[in-house]
Amino acid sequence: MEERILMKGNEALAEAAIQAGCIRFFGYPITPQTEVAAYMSKRLPKIGGTYLQAESEVAAVNMLQGAGAAGARAMTSSSSPGISLKTEGISYMAGADIPGLIINVQRGGPGLGGIQPSQADYWQATKAPGHGDLHIIVFAPSSVQEMVDLVENAFDLSDEYRIPAMILADGLLGQMMEPVTIKKSEGGKKLPEKKWAAKGHGHKRAHNIINSLYLKAADLERVINERFERYKELEVKHTRCERYMTDDADVVVVAYGATGRIAKAAVKAAREQGVKAGLFRPITLWPFPKQDLKDIAKSAKAFLTVEMSMGQMVDDVKLAIDCKRPVDFFGHTGGIVPTPQEVLDKILKLAGGER
Amino acid sequence: MGDLNSILAGFGGQGILFMGKVIATAGLLEGKEVSWLPSYGPEMRGGTANCSVCISSGDICSPLVTSPNVLIAMNLPSFTKFIDTVVPGGTVIVDSTLISKKVERNDVNVCYIPASALAEQSGLKGLANIILIGKLLELTGFCEYLSIKKTIEKVVPPKKQHLIQKNMEAIDIGYNYKG
Amino acid sequence: MAVVFKRPHALTNVPTHYCPGCTHGIIHRLVAEALDELDLEGRTVGIAPVGCAVMAYDYFNCDMIEAPHGRAPAIATGVKRSVPDSIVFTYQGDGDLAAIGTAETVHAAARGENITIIFVNNAIYGMTGGQMAPTTLPNQVTQTSPFGRDISQAGFPIKVCEMLSTLEGSSYIARVSVDCVRNVNIAKKAIKKAFEIQSQGRGFTLIEVLSTCPTNWGVSPKDALQWLRDNLIPYYPLGVYKDVTEVKKEELCDG
Repeated sequence: MEERILMKGNEALAEAAIQAGCIRFFGYPITPQTEVAAYMSKRLPKIGGTYLQAESEVAAVNMLQGAGAAGARAMTSSSSPGISLKTEGISYMAGADIPGLIINVQRGGPGLGGIQPSQADYWQATKAPGHGDLHIIVFAPSSVQEMVDLVENAFDLSDEYRIPAMILADGLLGQMMEPVTIKKSEGGKKLPEKKWAAKGHGHKRAHNIINSLYLKAADLERVINERFERYKELEVKHTRCERYMTDDADVVVVAYGATGRIAKAAVKAAREQGVKAGLFRPITLWPFPKQDLKDIAKSAKAFLTVEMSMGQMVDDVKLAIDCKRPVDFFGHTGGIVPTPQEVLDKILKLAGGER
Repeated sequence: MGDLNSILAGFGGQGILFMGKVIATAGLLEGKEVSWLPSYGPEMRGGTANCSVCISSGDICSPLVTSPNVLIAMNLPSFTKFIDTVVPGGTVIVDSTLISKKVERNDVNVCYIPASALAEQSGLKGLANIILIGKLLELTGFCEYLSIKKTIEKVVPPKKQHLIQKNMEAIDIGYNYKG
Repeated sequence: MAVVFKRPHALTNVPTHYCPGCTHGIIHRLVAEALDELDLEGRTVGIAPVGCAVMAYDYFNCDMIEAPHGRAPAIATGVKRSVPDSIVFTYQGDGDLAAIGTAETVHAAARGENITIIFVNNAIYGMTGGQMAPTTLPNQVTQTSPFGRDISQAGFPIKVCEMLSTLEGSSYIARVSVDCVRNVNIAKKAIKKAFEIQSQGRGFTLIEVLSTCPTNWGVSPKDALQWLRDNLIPYYPLGVYKDVTEVKKEELCDG
């Protein structure tokens, strides 16, 4: 069995990517994700990989795009303001069906915002990660171990569906150390063959073209329709969530990432007081685990969404349950991590019928 | 003791984050759940440094400690910032070489230990942080004494193996100090 | 019957969309001939820009990637770093390379990225209908400099070869023109040399090709070539700006 070791979230994430077969990394320093780049710069040259510090976030995401188009398993990493710059590349990657992994270790916004943990990029990640009709696969880990586990999953799904994937973490998960076990892949992970990649045809096939431009409107619609079929399949097959004591819960807290673990403490405390609380934690934010939540709404009386933002996921919760139950919100903006006590107080109020 | 929810605080360069890593690693070696969360950003650059360290037999929900049951303070600004956040019945360890102020609360257990001076006198300059861990161990038993030795062996980098002995001496000085 | 002229293998057999008299066709051909003669097509990845040459991916027979506006050197970097044995070139216009993509261009050169850039400079934005480019000459009239480029407001043109040749990372930088047969032949040599240098792993190469835009300059194809000679060449002198393969005099003396 692999050893359980103490590792910083950002570094564990980087090592997990390497174990998942990613040896091409393009980045740019920004707090609080810089350790990802620093770790890669130490490890990758030793194993024949590429660590490249780009001149900008824009360049970094386009290097990722080039590497992905050439068939490599590659990633870039940044934090909120840097992700805004990467949205150009993300849109083009989505439009040209190029796989790749983008890490967002969120900090406060808008603008420079702050450098403390935040969850204010939910809308950006799930609704508009770039211009155009597109989605990317978004994972939200809530512990360092889960971050490690989801990295490989994200790469695999991204390759399989040819859709860019994102790990939406936050400064808390990136900076904290927790015990983790990282599965070591002996001799490197075997990656799927990519016949569509542009890496030289060797006169063995017709030339491959990686492109997002369709000047005939009907062609564009046909391509997007086909892509949305893949989105649909992802939604059916690959949504993930954690349900904790939701079966008989009256009040169900919905929270993801770092906030998810804090909400869990509040749910436990509520149960100790005899209040039937439960936690629903989406692990994929896109596709959002709508059906699971809808099922819970059959028995739950009220929902409480907790986020480190002014309330962004709360809309998706309402949509998932067709607004059939009241959905309340509690949160703080970047840097002010909700405490279990605050969440508990809110649960108790809701359980008492107050809104 | 039960769960440890600690805040360790001082200036950058005093080894605050390393102190946290030692405590967390000791918990890890005993098979417990642990978390370590540093303060980060501009305040690291020569300013104050602090970190939250938790050890628990169950899941750790919030790695950010806002109501610590242990506070170790290595400078006055940190002492002032965190002293009122300690839960009643909690433990406060003060490096009295660096902080002359006394705790005005009487619902917490306070230990004043001149860790920096003790380190200096014993030829262990720079190991005041480890002396404070020794004291924490004696006061709370947050881990087994033997686990600390294993921890030190694990966290001291390979290039600095000669420092293992000195670190253990520092643990003992703190452990045995009677103020 | 002896074949004396044919389509290079590295060009696809499709009609291009370029305007009558535009020199893109000649430049495409020169690139394709270089790939053919050096037998590089099979391991080449070309990067198309945004601008008139956006559909170059349909015209070159090698694998092709279409880049966001200005980002071709970054895309090229990603490809080259992931597939080190590949030959990677970008084909970019003046707006793409010297305005929105300046950072990507300069840093690819500074890193000595082992790629080849074909930089087509016709001093105007063609695809969008004739707006001022970073290389538009002082006093040149365009759709967005209707009274002529006013340097007090719009600043000066960027001389890309001069700028990039100052960077230690660049290996071969040359400016050529395709206004006449003689210059077309010189351009061909320069492009071929750039690919040779890349295939030897000797670093960053950029060939700036002075080109025409009869449509947006508002002149006939023939007059456009004359306009290029009269106006562009004096401002953007032709020649080799940097060549690390040249044997230096001192080295010869030492021998």
